[in-house]
Amino acid sequence: MKPRSLVPIIYILFLMLPIYWLVAMSFKTTNEILGGFSLFPQVWTLDNYRAIFTDPTWYWGYINSILYVSINTIISLAAALPAAYAFSRYRFMGDKHLFFWLLTNRMAPAAVFALPFFQLYSAVGLFDTHLAVALAHCLFNIPLAVWILEGFMSGVPKELDETAYVDGYSFPRFFATIFIPTIKAGVGVAAFFCFMFSWVELLLAKTLTAVEAKPIAATMTRTASSAGYELGLLAAAGVLTIVPGAIVIYFVRNYIAKGFALGRV
Amino acid sequence: MKTENQRGWLFVLPVLLLVAFNALVPLMTVVNYSVQETFGNNQFFWHGIGWFEDILRSERFHAALGRQLFFTFTILLIEVPLGVAIALAMPRKGFWVPVCLVLMALPLLIPWNVVGAMWNIFTLPDIGLLGYFLNNTLGIDYNMTQSPVAAWITVIVMDVWHWTSLVVLLAYAGLISIPEAYYQAARIDGASNWAVFRYIQLPKMKRVLTIAILLRFMDSFNIYTEPFVLTGGGPGNSTTLLSIDLVKVALGQFDLGPAAAMSLIYFAITLAVSWLFYTLMTRDEQ
Repeated sequence: MKPRSLVPIIYILFLMLPIYWLVAMSFKTTNEILGGFSLFPQVWTLDNYRAIFTDPTWYWGYINSILYVSINTIISLAAALPAAYAFSRYRFMGDKHLFFWLLTNRMAPAAVFALPFFQLYSAVGLFDTHLAVALAHCLFNIPLAVWILEGFMSGVPKELDETAYVDGYSFPRFFATIFIPTIKAGVGVAAFFCFMFSWVELLLAKTLTAVEAKPIAATMTRTASSAGYELGLLAAAGVLTIVPGAIVIYFVRNYIAKGFALGRV
Repeated sequence: MKTENQRGWLFVLPVLLLVAFNALVPLMTVVNYSVQETFGNNQFFWHGIGWFEDILRSERFHAALGRQLFFTFTILLIEVPLGVAIALAMPRKGFWVPVCLVLMALPLLIPWNVVGAMWNIFTLPDIGLLGYFLNNTLGIDYNMTQSPVAAWITVIVMDVWHWTSLVVLLAYAGLISIPEAYYQAARIDGASNWAVFRYIQLPKMKRVLTIAILLRFMDSFNIYTEPFVLTGGGPGNSTTLLSIDLVKVALGQFDLGPAAAMSLIYFAITLAVSWLFYTLMTRDEQ
């Protein structure tokens, strides 16, 4: 083994240590956790997980999160695809300014917008719905999706479009049946990033929901404060929030590296 | 290359409406608050630029801004070189590539408050893996809730843990886009490893590194949840970064005017620094 391959191995070990500790905690009983230090669970218990899967306020947290993240990913991609096409193919009045303005929305601190968002979504009657969180997350996901997709689309030669028109394709048909399949790696990468940033964001999601659409991560903060300090339960809930991300990343593993390389992101 | 076509606006319209709804209305609300004074009962009075003057002179704001800048530049100085080094050391093809990528991307997909909670559990002095190891095995006195230095180191290590992978992924994507012929040419010329890095790999990674640095700057400058869950801004005010301070003012004390003025100053700083980075790093392309 070459010494330089040690670098990624050490780095991955460093990444895995806190995750290991979270997983180990989730299988321990509360007594064992508070009783002292143990590297492995002495008595393996599934009670923490059982508690989550039998309590609707817990498992609905997961369903809510997955719902608004999926809605957000669909809306972001649907809106970003034509926009990215326009930015990559056409020159139109104010296009450069518009592109930079879009990017500036990624720079706005979520903490700044928390209160106005609450007022805005209450005013339009969307407060505490999945749609509210999905729409709010568009603020930072659409600019990112446009940015990524524009890079991929600019890598596709313009001749492809022209050939299709000569062959008698209408624009919508060309876009849906030829163009999008050509940049499917880009769509995969953009979807991955939309999923990721919507899944991990909590401040806005928490501000815009109360009961009906409460995200799992917010359910966790409640437990940490009200039910004493149930570390095992908290750890189990934390482990379960990692699972959807791990599944998504497994599916896009081949796109991530290649995808970035193909597009001139 | 591109054709002049105003149809572009039609394509951009959905994005424009969605983002404008989310950006302009809240932004105008903040601007509105920032120039008014309230004594409750939903009565507002014109206050001009008073809040802005107060904030710009406030020692508390300067201190929080100083901590924020220190945090952001420290993590950029660690994460960018470290990320590039790890990307350079990664295998280019074979079975281990997807394994490495999946494991490395894992921290990126953990909700931010879970990251904070996880590091909290990890560093508890008596029952956390790291806390126990430092205190009882190495005999270093380590307690985040008492020592500001320990709190700072933990917040920075947590961010390095959380986000270095983003730099690795982007840098790696830049690296694998370099055609093999470039390396062959370098070998024929007898180029050293350093020369290969300096004249082939670094220029090819420039674009993705621009994105990595910009994203890391914006996100670390706006960081809130992870340090809030981990340290709550303490001990004292030692790790109260800008966002944490802002939320304290806005939702803790409900001082909407000062909070709004602070938000706008904060936003303006982020915008200015991002623009500076962006122009500096893309200057050669024009």
